[in-house]
Amino acid sequence: MTITATNAPAPERTETRLRVAQILFAAALCLAIGRFALPDFLVRPPEWLILPFADWINAAFAFVRDDLGLIHVTRAFADGLEWVLDVTANLLYGKNRWPRLGPIPWTVIAITAAMIGYALNGWRLAAFAGLTFVWIAVMGQWQWAMETLSVIVVAAPVSVFLGLSMGILAWKSEGFRKILNPLLNIAQSLPHFAYMIPVVVFIGVGPKAGAIVTVIFSVPPMIRMTLLGLQKVSAEVVEAGHMAGATRWQLLRYVRLPTARTEILVGINQVIMQCLAMVVLASFIGMPGLGQKLLQLLQALKIGRSIEIGITIVLLAVMLDRCSKAWAMKQPVHLEKGASWLTRHKLLVLWAALVVLFWLLSLAFPLLHEIGRRDALSLSEPLDAMMDWIIATLDPVTQWLRWFLIVWVLVPLRDGMLWLPFSAVLMFLMAVGWAIGGKRSALICLAYFGLIAMSGWWDRAMITVYTVTFSVFIATLIGFPLGIWGSRSEGRAKVALLVCDTLQTFPSFIYLIPVIMLFGVNDVAVVGAVVLFAAVPLVRYTIEGLRGVPASLIEAADMSGATRNQTLWNVRLPLALPTIMVGVNQSVMFSLFMVIIAAFIGTQDLGQEMQRALSSSDVGKGLVLGLAVAFMGLTVDHLVSVWAGRRRKALGLD
Amino acid sequence: MRSKTLLSATAVALATVSMAQAQDSSDPILIPTHNWSSQIVMSHVVGQIFESMGNSVEYVSTDSQAVYESIRLGDVTLELEVWEGAFGPAFETAVAKGGIHDVGDHDAVTREDWWYPLWAKEACPGLPAWEALNECAELFATPETGDKGRFLGGPVDWLKHDQERVDALSMDFVVVNAGSASALWAEVGAAERDKRPVVIFNWTPNFVEALYPGEFVEFPEYVEGCKDDPAVGPNPDMTYDCGNPANGYLKKAAWDGMADKWPGAYETLKRISFTNPQIAEMAKLVDIDELEPEDAAAEWLENNEAVWTPWVEGDA
Repeated sequence: MTITATNAPAPERTETRLRVAQILFAAALCLAIGRFALPDFLVRPPEWLILPFADWINAAFAFVRDDLGLIHVTRAFADGLEWVLDVTANLLYGKNRWPRLGPIPWTVIAITAAMIGYALNGWRLAAFAGLTFVWIAVMGQWQWAMETLSVIVVAAPVSVFLGLSMGILAWKSEGFRKILNPLLNIAQSLPHFAYMIPVVVFIGVGPKAGAIVTVIFSVPPMIRMTLLGLQKVSAEVVEAGHMAGATRWQLLRYVRLPTARTEILVGINQVIMQCLAMVVLASFIGMPGLGQKLLQLLQALKIGRSIEIGITIVLLAVMLDRCSKAWAMKQPVHLEKGASWLTRHKLLVLWAALVVLFWLLSLAFPLLHEIGRRDALSLSEPLDAMMDWIIATLDPVTQWLRWFLIVWVLVPLRDGMLWLPFSAVLMFLMAVGWAIGGKRSALICLAYFGLIAMSGWWDRAMITVYTVTFSVFIATLIGFPLGIWGSRSEGRAKVALLVCDTLQTFPSFIYLIPVIMLFGVNDVAVVGAVVLFAAVPLVRYTIEGLRGVPASLIEAADMSGATRNQTLWNVRLPLALPTIMVGVNQSVMFSLFMVIIAAFIGTQDLGQEMQRALSSSDVGKGLVLGLAVAFMGLTVDHLVSVWAGRRRKALGLD
Repeated sequence: MRSKTLLSATAVALATVSMAQAQDSSDPILIPTHNWSSQIVMSHVVGQIFESMGNSVEYVSTDSQAVYESIRLGDVTLELEVWEGAFGPAFETAVAKGGIHDVGDHDAVTREDWWYPLWAKEACPGLPAWEALNECAELFATPETGDKGRFLGGPVDWLKHDQERVDALSMDFVVVNAGSASALWAEVGAAERDKRPVVIFNWTPNFVEALYPGEFVEFPEYVEGCKDDPAVGPNPDMTYDCGNPANGYLKKAAWDGMADKWPGAYETLKRISFTNPQIAEMAKLVDIDELEPEDAAAEWLENNEAVWTPWVEGDA
């Protein structure tokens, strides 16, 4: 707090801003207190205000689909895509389609992965990549994992290509960028189920639909990173290209794109991670493989075996993450001139030899070709026993906690939230907006939540807001101290970040069952599941924020004799706060995603309606609900980024 | 490739002329699978029967409500478990739109209703009568329902009208809707540890019967009209004052084009009919014996050859 006062922006402007905010806040308070005297149209959105958005969207979709015949185009496109998917499916798990060569023996794939790992980053990555596939084969998950990968190996390149081209287009054309940016914002905050419904309508179900939703979900970060990379290319580099007489295409291909290489590779890394995040959700519309199996096992309460699949998904994610990062860091190797073909392609030759060797071996020993479920190992017994033990141990605590939270916290909070007149909520949000970013932010808050009110889902939206707010609050109580603890040393930070990575890629559906077993079907279970997910970004960004504080400032604090606690509270935390707030923002986003998934526990919020929309393939309703959730996310996103941006400037961090 | 499509085109043409001798198309028959084990195993059993007849078969996982729309469009070929209670409405809407039709019932009957695990009966000995359940309502109370008992219903989109029944019979129960079938089982699993009484929505045939023995609550018997006509049933002023039918249908459904495209398989499908114990056995092979669905199906076919060979050969 001490640092902020020194160079705050023009004080009188801040003062008027805060005064307006205070007035708005007082107005909100009056509306809430005077609820009984309020006319009905200020308590709940009146009927004339609620617009039939869902019907409009459905009519528009029907027009585009049937009258413009778009469905024939998308179905034709889907058939083409299916052909490609059939090829990979044949190679990886022997689906009976052209070219009818597969399945490739698991040993060959494992050795290929190990060689790629070695080529990118030496022995350790080689061992990790190879052993990941050995684990999959030995646990008897080969078929499912290959079904999953057969979709991802198609979806990821499509996504990268699309992202790259759209990124380049956005960089070239200011107009396109202006249209694209809000679309990307919405796409990244729209719950997955919302865009799965139109995909079912236009594409159908099955692996092709799985591939398409995966592409839709993973393309935004690629576009953003491409754009960011291209914008960062310095004028001098381009100048040099011009001087060498490069054409516009050559300039792009040989100068700009290679210079933006790091950002583009980070984008590719993001694409891969998003693809794996979609594995389970995409199985709702027919993507085969690990996700589908996971849902079946959970349905039969087989927690141990679903955890095994969860581990596989984490391992695949970590492996692909490490490989793509190693690829990003790897600088091109320059061999001496005149080196023979064999020296230049040493690894390639070695790989080819190993492939032939293992292929032959697998013909002789069937176990090296395929491991059936009967021969496979399973950890499910110890895992189940461990889960039972954890649940039995926690049970006395959770029974009490459940009672306490429901009776004293959650029910009063929810009733309060539903009691509030909608006009008071809107006024309050405007007050917050005005306090943080002035008139513009206030209007943005009003517009987003005003649209939610006009959608006719106000009560359910308020339940979502209540769940998310409370969950993020609890997540902060847990994540923040953990982050401070984790930031104390390099070693701890590494461990904490590894745990964060694992929790983030571990399929969230698996949490749902133990959480119900602990708390029952109620809001406590929902909050519990959401908190597990929402705490992750808080821990991550707290650690990164605290560790990113310039060493010189900490040294200065030490020199002036500050104790460790003083340094933490007066120097490190204020400086790290902008980064931590990004974590809070992420935490809200994660909660919004998870609260929709928590509908599978049983909720009365937007997620429950979304589930209904999905099972009745109601595109309009699904999109309206999805947009309502997206607008909540975008409101928080806007407020946090305005606040953090100003703060950064004030602290001189930019 | 080209000659093949030509061949199958002639096959289709022939099929329309003489059904009995026609060849089945070589295109794969697409069988949808859902997220409960008996349906998956049954799909594989039938798929393997079709394969033994020389057809090619593929399985796609789909949502169990949305599947009727896919069958209508011919995206998938058939559905083996159409439950009266759970999917009746979705199926009938699709039939009304056209493209899908009824291929007959299984011998199995289905029942969906309020259900409790046996340990609940120890705490409340008057069960299974619904009046007794109502007397013990407090035993089923949870923090969120206060003094009233909690009934854990299925997801709202299953449209079970439990709330209406509670009102019509003025029971001291609150209906809480779980979000998925897994959530229902997780509650029973958790309740088993301390033998806490619970009453949930359940159905038969179902694998849960093997894990947790239990019984259905006996409500006033279902009579025609009790769901639409207030006068029918014990409460003269309200509808839904009765239980669900104790013998609901379990149907097979198929895409309209199936009979022409795969006449042989279609004829077999018409003859296929499973019983409750057979369905329970299929579920058990996966849920208790931990077999993979395809292996379970193979094992079932091996053990029950006498059951299914007549389906393939026909009665003639």
